[in-house]
Parts: sequence; structure tokens; C-alpha cells
Amino acid sequence: MKPQVVQQVRRWYWQRITAMIMTLFVLVHLVLMIHAIKGGLSAGEILARTQGSVLWALFYGLFVVLVSVHASIGLGNILVEWARLPQGSARLISNLVALALLVLGLRAVWAVTCGSMP
Amino acid sequence: MKINDARSRHHAIWWTFVVHRVSGLLLTVFLPIHFWTLGLALQGESALDRALAWYEAPVFRWGEWLLVLLLTVHALGGIRLLLIEFRPWRGLRRGWIVAGGIIALATSLLFLNASWK
Repeated sequence: MKPQVVQQVRRWYWQRITAMIMTLFVLVHLVLMIHAIKGGLSAGEILARTQGSVLWALFYGLFVVLVSVHASIGLGNILVEWARLPQGSARLISNLVALALLVLGLRAVWAVTCGSMP
Repeated sequence: MKINDARSRHHAIWWTFVVHRVSGLLLTVFLPIHFWTLGLALQGESALDRALAWYEAPVFRWGEWLLVLLLTVHALGGIRLLLIEFRPWRGLRRGWIVAGGIIALATSLLFLNASWK
């Protein structure tokens, strides 16, 4: 089988694996959001929940990794099928987007876990 | 190379595919904004609070409602795809499209109601 086809199959597989795991993450995130938004959001309220919490840091850290893989593969498919970019260019952009999401996302998790700690 | 046949596009399943893809794309565009906002906590609680105060404006509240709708639609549409691909074949699971739409709308309205309390 051509290496390009093997890579496509792997990307398909990883998008499905991440999707399966993320169904649970999305459910927790939705329940938390509906609960947290009551009475408006405040930084104090968010940070009281997340600061120093290893559990939330692990949960959202893993969520960021999963979504970075999932979203970047999806974007790559859109770039090939809708924007008609060549596979190579689409994969490059897809990988760069994955990296950007990963860095920004983990930075955000770090910020709400360890940022502005007294 | 012809990837898609135009005849298949006048079809509910085609539109479900478009909704899944566009919702995924919009959520991907939103993520950096979401991450950047939370990253403001590095500058202190007040920096994050200033951004959150901005999001109190009605336009952002409707935007947040739309994001919850997109997230729920995308997640439920994704579960339908996983069922089609990994479970025994039972057609295109049209029931999931209707149920997914109703549950997504209900969830987003629950969020909107909670955000205005």
C-alpha cells in the first residue's frame, strides 16, 4: 500500500479514536458550562474551581490534546475536498494548526491551573 | 479528480454532512479565541475578568448560545457517524439526525436560559 494511503488511513483512524473519547469530555464540559454560566461568569469563580486542581488540569489537558488532533485532521480534509489544496500542503497546514491549538490550549490550561496563584 | 457527485447534494443526508463539517470548522476557529481568553489568567484574575465582562454583551451571549448549539450538534452528529461506521449496519440512522437536532437545540436553550439568570 502507498505510504500516502497508509497516512490517510491513520488520520481517519485517529480522528475516530479521538471522537470516541471526546464524547465523554464534551458531555462533562456541557454540564459544567450550563452549571457555571448561572449568574454570569467571573474569573474568581473559574479560578476557584481550577487553580491547583490536578484533576481539572488533567481533564482539560487531555481534552486539548484530543481536540488538537481531531480538529486539525478535519481541517485537513476540508482543505483537500473543499479548498482543493494538494494533499501535501493540506497536511502541512493541518499539522501547523494542530501544533498551534496544542500550544495555545495547554497554555490556557496552565494559566487557569497555575496562573495568578497567590 | 471528481470527489463528489452533485446529485447527492439535494438530500437530507448531504445537509447533515454539511452541518457536521461547518460546525466543526466554526468550532475550530473559535478554539484559539477561547484559549487566548483563558490564557489571560497568566496576567492575573482582573485581566480575565475584563475579558469576561466584554462577553456579557448580548451579541456575545447569542454567540455563546450558537457555540453550545454547534458543539452539541457536532458531538451528536459525530456519534451518529461512529454508529454507522463501527456498529452493525442499520441504514443511515436518520432518527439520530432528528433526535440530535432536537437535543442540541434543547441543550443550547438550557444554556441560554442559565446564562440570563
